[in-house]
Amino acid sequence: MKIGIPRTLTYYAYKPLWETFFQDLGCEIVVSDKTSKGILDKGVEFAVNDACIPIKLFHGHVHNIGNRADFIFVPRLINLTGEKTVTYCPKFLGLTDMVRASMPDLPPLLDFRIDLREKWKARRREYERLGCLLGMSPGRIGHAFRSAKRALRSYRRRLSHGNDPERAVAELREHTGIPSLPSRPITLAVVGYPYLLYDDFVNAGLMTKLYNMGIRILTPEMVPERQLLIKAKGLPKDLFWTFSNQVVRSAIYYIDDSRVDGIIHVTAFGCGPDSMVGKLIELEAKQRGVPYVLISLDEHTGEAGILTRLEAFVDMLRYRRGEL
Amino acid sequence: MRVTFPHMGSSPIAFKMLIEKLGHEPVMPLRPSENTLSLGSHYAPEFACIPFKILLGTYLEALERGAEMIITSGGMGPCRAGYYGVLHEKILRDLGFDVEFVVLEPPQKKTMDFLRKLRRITRGKSLSVVWDALSTCWQKLRVLDYIDELSYEIRPRELEKNETTRVLEECYQIIDSAWTREEIRESRVECEKRLRAIRTDKTKNPLKVGIIGEIYVVLEPAANFDIQRMLGDMGVLARRSIYLADWTKNNTFFKGEDHIKKAAKPYLAELVGGHGTLSVGNTVLYSREGYDGVIQLAPFACIPEIVSKSILGKVAKDLDIPVLTLFIDEQTGKAGIKTRLEAFVDLMHSRRKIRREALV
Repeated sequence: MKIGIPRTLTYYAYKPLWETFFQDLGCEIVVSDKTSKGILDKGVEFAVNDACIPIKLFHGHVHNIGNRADFIFVPRLINLTGEKTVTYCPKFLGLTDMVRASMPDLPPLLDFRIDLREKWKARRREYERLGCLLGMSPGRIGHAFRSAKRALRSYRRRLSHGNDPERAVAELREHTGIPSLPSRPITLAVVGYPYLLYDDFVNAGLMTKLYNMGIRILTPEMVPERQLLIKAKGLPKDLFWTFSNQVVRSAIYYIDDSRVDGIIHVTAFGCGPDSMVGKLIELEAKQRGVPYVLISLDEHTGEAGILTRLEAFVDMLRYRRGEL
Repeated sequence: MRVTFPHMGSSPIAFKMLIEKLGHEPVMPLRPSENTLSLGSHYAPEFACIPFKILLGTYLEALERGAEMIITSGGMGPCRAGYYGVLHEKILRDLGFDVEFVVLEPPQKKTMDFLRKLRRITRGKSLSVVWDALSTCWQKLRVLDYIDELSYEIRPRELEKNETTRVLEECYQIIDSAWTREEIRESRVECEKRLRAIRTDKTKNPLKVGIIGEIYVVLEPAANFDIQRMLGDMGVLARRSIYLADWTKNNTFFKGEDHIKKAAKPYLAELVGGHGTLSVGNTVLYSREGYDGVIQLAPFACIPEIVSKSILGKVAKDLDIPVLTLFIDEQTGKAGIKTRLEAFVDLMHSRRKIRREALV
């Protein structure tokens, strides 16, 4: 049995969990190809034209595995933290229905929905249901679920050290053989959603470019969970979206961190939650006198445009330090 | 204290009385204009939706006219409108305004928070005064909704153009001057009498259109170019799915939207925040009730409405009902909207004609 997993959105946050789970159950996994022009074009063709680029890409990735898999895994994550008013972005909540309504001739979608607000055990139940749907025995499902959780834990640990070899960033570091960082490197916090930061096509190689410039990069995943919760108390009201909360809290953490020279906020054109997130970070950074730049990505983002903006920002930081 | 609040349809008439009864001086929000929007857009984040920008502009205009306190509503997500209060306050403070900002959260979710804020507004007033103010305000909102709805029923059948609009303006003044419970009740009777007195073509069977979408652009005529009146002038009966009083009721202690959510279920099984699920559900309901078409109104980049838009295509095909989606942003012009509406009305006319011929 072949299960297709689109390589976008929540994939970057939960990839080992799902891969281990399905592999342990003896399913074959087909992950969609890395984002390319072709995938993007297909996404633009199928998705509603007002959607943001990540949603269009999701349609493209689903199309990419459409004829290679028996089932397509479209996770509907509602709430994974148990916080009462926090969910994922509304577009994620309706994603399964959007794909179903706008894309004809797809293999069956594996419906999958977790809402921890309803029941404490909702997560386990859902994986059990999924396993049963694939015709597995409860014992086997339980085993797969446990090892999947272990895989996710160690993945997160590696992420928090900022040296995960599977991450696009680190991969690039190996491939291009970038010389080690200078003794006092410029340190930038690059905050944004995982599906923007780690998809090298969408962000036009932003992370690679920063590495090539000899800059130390800090990402939201490198902030310890506990610190995020502490920073959350500084906000008058939590945002309603899991990823956005992570971004805002980590941005505030980095703004307070004296090692950080500047903040880069990476966002997608037309991203609803980010219109709030961006302004919050901007106001906070302005108050503390930390340099901040917003990079907005869309279908037409070009390498040269991104590079120019990054260079200008880094030059400004060097000037502030008195290096120029 | 000089208090202001957002402008939304005809509701300022009711909130004005509420604030006066609580012993404050209302700074009436101006009907949003181009100036309001450009003022708001200047300070708002680029991709905030148009309600955010209009509200910010409205607040800035009110602050210039001496407002000291802003009262607005909050929300619990996942639509971002629930966070607007927080961000508006931060932006206004950043601009150097020292204003008291009261964001009322849904009372059933944050009871203590709601009561604390209510006390801040009603400081020093006895419980009976507060109760009277709240209940008459509620009564007035209901009357306004009723009169508005009636005007949309009558306009497409009116014999003399603009008669309804003129009478409606009179009605607003009558309702505005009502103060006690008894007076409000009388104002409703009087307004209804005047509206019903308009000479209409009783034999006419106008096209029926349902308006769905995001609450602010559906309710605020300044944001949607008064689409219901525009349709009425074209001889189309346009009903909308959202009324302020009903919506407030359904989203506090009472549940009244379950049948809509149930209708949406085959297409959209999840609550996507805002009015996304309701838009899908109402389209299904409108088609069952034999409407000729549905118009979806939403601000540009509205998250829930994008979800429902991508699903509405399939709903429209399955149930054979035309759906027109209008996304509104700073660049939207009245003429553009009007052209699209005229084309849509033509389409519905010809669909009706084809059906009638099929019957014969």
